[in-house]
Amino acid sequence: MRREIVTFLILFLLWLIFSGMFDAFHLALGVVSCLIVTLISGDLIFQNERFTMNHIKEGIRFIKYLPWLIYQIILANIHVAYLVLHPKMPIEPIIIAYKAKLKRDISKVVFSQSIILTPGTITMDIVDDTFIVHCISKKVADDLFTGEMEQRIADVFERENTKRSL
Amino acid sequence: MIVEYIIDAFVIILVLLGLFFLFTATVGLLRFPDFYCKLQATGKGDTLGAILILLGVILYNLHDFSLNNFLVCLKILFIIIFIFHANPVATHAITKAGLDADVKPLTKEDIRK
Repeated sequence: MRREIVTFLILFLLWLIFSGMFDAFHLALGVVSCLIVTLISGDLIFQNERFTMNHIKEGIRFIKYLPWLIYQIILANIHVAYLVLHPKMPIEPIIIAYKAKLKRDISKVVFSQSIILTPGTITMDIVDDTFIVHCISKKVADDLFTGEMEQRIADVFERENTKRSL
Repeated sequence: MIVEYIIDAFVIILVLLGLFFLFTATVGLLRFPDFYCKLQATGKGDTLGAILILLGVILYNLHDFSLNNFLVCLKILFIIIFIFHANPVATHAITKAGLDADVKPLTKEDIRK
């Protein structure tokens, strides 16, 4: 029941932002349509039956992780811009297999998305624990192998979840 | 008055930076030799470029502050979040399709030839 209430609140907040009209008629329309959507598909946003404090803590830690990710994206974008505009184009494409220690599905997804967002590396496939990554130059491959990004994501999502199953 | 000029300066810097990254993405798409490298250039130069331009638009929109303008800014923020999420997924999907269809990636030796 709790997750339905949270879902309804999120939907209604979105309605308020997108409509931008605050008279009674439009608010009533919003309440009705949000209720209908919640009744039909209220179980889509939150998969778990229980809604615990852990989710909120994870969310806060994830938001703290974002500035570092954006910093990395800017650094790596400058690197790719250098590669593109260099007359000789000094690229050395290489495909590497990176074995990660991440356990949960969500952390694997965030890790592969972070790999793709930092330019120069693309996650091509994930086979169990092994990430198959296409790197455009030696430097970005070395950056990945320092394991800093993986460590930060493990900090965000896998701190107190060792006992919880996937 | 002077505040508006400062905001304008920031808007111009943000949009120009965004255009620069979009430009490098396009040049990379044309110059890089094989399928995967081309995706490297477009898949993410686009992300940063579009995000910077949209940030510039948000700042420009805050010139005269009212509730409606604030809501418009929030909507643009949602577009940014969507791009941030959808772009890597699309890049990964295209790359994986290429991998499944046995597109051979170039290696260092191929490029030297």
